[in-house]
Amino acid sequence: MNSYPDWWKLVFGRFTLEAIPYHEPILLATFAGVVIGGLALIALITRMKAWGYLWHEWFTSVDHKKIGIMYMVLGIVMLLRGFADALMMRGQQAIAFGANEGYLPPHHYDQIFTAHGVIMIFFVAMPLVTGLMNYVVPLQIGARDVAFPFLNNFSFWMTVGGVVLVMASLFVGEFAKVGWLAYPPLSGAAYSPGVGMDYYLWALQIAGVGTTLSGINLIATIVKMRAPGMDMMKMPVFTWTALCTNVLIVASFPILAGTLALLTLDRYVGTNFFTNDLGGNPMMYVNLIWIWGHPEVYILILPVFGVYSEVASTFSGKRLFGYTSMVYATVVITILSYLVWLHHFFTMGSGASVNSFFGITTMIISIPTGAKIFNWLFTMYRGRIRFELPMMWLLAFMLTFVIGGMTGVMLAVPPADFILHNSLFLIAHFHNVIIGGVVFGAFAGITYWFPKAFGFKLDEFWGRLSFWFWVIGFYVAFMPLYVLGLMGVTRRVNHFEDPSLQIWFVIAAFGAVLIALGILCFLIQIGVSILRREQLRDTTGDPWDGRTLEWSTSSPPPAYNFAFTPVIHDHDTWADMKKRGYRRPLTGFKPIHMPKNTGAGLIISAFATICGFALVWYIWWLAALAFIAVIATAIAHTFNYNRDFHIPAEAVLREENARTEQLGQA
Amino acid sequence: MSGSQDHSGAHAEAHGAGHDDHGASHATLRGYLTGFVLAAILTAIPFWLVMGDVLGNSTVTALVVMAFAAVQIVVHMVYFLHMNSRSEGGWTMMALIFTIVIVVIALSGSLWVMYHLNSNMMPMAPGDHPM
Repeated sequence: MNSYPDWWKLVFGRFTLEAIPYHEPILLATFAGVVIGGLALIALITRMKAWGYLWHEWFTSVDHKKIGIMYMVLGIVMLLRGFADALMMRGQQAIAFGANEGYLPPHHYDQIFTAHGVIMIFFVAMPLVTGLMNYVVPLQIGARDVAFPFLNNFSFWMTVGGVVLVMASLFVGEFAKVGWLAYPPLSGAAYSPGVGMDYYLWALQIAGVGTTLSGINLIATIVKMRAPGMDMMKMPVFTWTALCTNVLIVASFPILAGTLALLTLDRYVGTNFFTNDLGGNPMMYVNLIWIWGHPEVYILILPVFGVYSEVASTFSGKRLFGYTSMVYATVVITILSYLVWLHHFFTMGSGASVNSFFGITTMIISIPTGAKIFNWLFTMYRGRIRFELPMMWLLAFMLTFVIGGMTGVMLAVPPADFILHNSLFLIAHFHNVIIGGVVFGAFAGITYWFPKAFGFKLDEFWGRLSFWFWVIGFYVAFMPLYVLGLMGVTRRVNHFEDPSLQIWFVIAAFGAVLIALGILCFLIQIGVSILRREQLRDTTGDPWDGRTLEWSTSSPPPAYNFAFTPVIHDHDTWADMKKRGYRRPLTGFKPIHMPKNTGAGLIISAFATICGFALVWYIWWLAALAFIAVIATAIAHTFNYNRDFHIPAEAVLREENARTEQLGQA
Repeated sequence: MSGSQDHSGAHAEAHGAGHDDHGASHATLRGYLTGFVLAAILTAIPFWLVMGDVLGNSTVTALVVMAFAAVQIVVHMVYFLHMNSRSEGGWTMMALIFTIVIVVIALSGSLWVMYHLNSNMMPMAPGDHPM
């Protein structure tokens, strides 16, 4: 660093050529792989002359359906990255015993577990649930788009901005070595002086802007844009859970932004909010981050509860049992999720009264969740169950999630938590609820709505293979961790002395390989389905005999979703319409007012990402320029009055006639 | 039964335009002026309390200033954000109540938790006592 002249620091901040990790063979190989893969992708797109198509039809699109699909693609791509980290950790822990140091030195291992947590929560689970909500909610409530279509596009690209920063940290500099929630004082300037922590902070801040805005957007959509007749208690359950999720997002993400901003001040300008000196208190950070962090857990799980509700009633061929109790359970969870955060740090030093209060609230929250499980069970009871893939994911979820929930209630008992906290038991617990809940739910949702989004079903064989690899792999990978946790093995350790533990880690690593096969089968399933799309084609728009409004449109739906805004009489609207002998209107179409695509969201996010990158490396001139560019582009965009257009009535007629013809074939 | 699927184009148009009758309450010059004067008074008094050292006790002064700040928030919401129980069909009020609930939980909970923290800790400094 010292050998670099002053002009270098002025231009490149603290970036030096040593920051490129060319001495790390693993990273070098990954980098080579990414470059070759990236170049191949770019070459392919260029060869197919698809750049214009991607730009005009996807990147700049304000259509909630396309943005939803882009969120899903982002989530799946990042799942591969996050899972690669998981495999590396499992590999390391399976071999690093006694004299064998394994292949990951501590500083690398620490980055991997931090990146794994951050990526899986923020850039896999969040995009997957946001994508599902984005795609499905407007269709379920009979709207033509979300309330603020441009904001939707912007939110997506801000999330991508966070992803870009995290991925950049792999090849330029390093990532944080502090665990996924970055507790100070370890994450403060004194103990983490490197760029890794700053990558973490700016990536989450930028992505957090997107998440918050998308939350506001979907609340406004659900509150203001429901089709006539759809009062609150006629909303589909998925829309209800989406509403509660987004309320949670809007209420909790500002707390995350504020907490990270305080830590950023500590690191950048030498304040002492979370240091040990001068009145600072690191425990305040732990307190604040979990006031966000616990609602975040429910932000992930509530939407998939909605998915499971739709799946349960569709594939049981009857109404959801206890619709009202389901809605109230969701609302109660929304409120209660703000009253339990201390159970993440029972051992931090609070006394018995505080710990008992939060222990009891935590146990109370399992009541509405349990009510939901019973609602799904009773929905299936005496139903005509079809064991299609989404239904199988639901069943696997119910079994797995109940186990995860019970270990959660165990951890909610403060004395038990004093023994189990920070152990692999905790790791097993939250993977049990996140994989068994969120990931299974995301796969259920993807399988369920894929034919709606693309016009053909996913291949059954590869889907089942993926299902069994995932479910069995999950149990093989995480049950050993419960055992190890009960034996007192702590998390985030890259080397062990006691050889008797090794067998459990080897079993867990084998489970991770099974899950890897599950992911592989899922990718093959998508590939095979695209190749066999003519056989798998859905011409009806309603391949599962669905019950909610999205199944009344064609697959994929037209850009305007509904030629006429439907009128709602029941919460299972489409089932109700089918029962009443609904006939599609064939004439009398009017021009439809639609928002126009714009590249402003992508451009603003690109500048924001550059700004974040410059701040990480202390390249102040670039940060200032990029920030000004963000503001200038945003202001310039407000002067763009060319924002909307009308789809002419003839075009609507053509589209609807094509649908009539398609239905005739079915 | 076809009457139950009312596909009048008017519905779609009204929906697309997104105008509701029960929108936000309308702003008036009088309202803004009242709000401005109230806000100015509520700002001036705390300044006077602090600069003139009127109450003599800094803890009491801090609490009084906080109380004025809370009133100030209400003034802003009523006169500048035009919030009342009717606007947006009650949604604004609902959102406000939810926000207050969350803020109260977060603030009082944090104070309680942080105040309670030392009970299981060893005394760090000479002045510290376990609770």
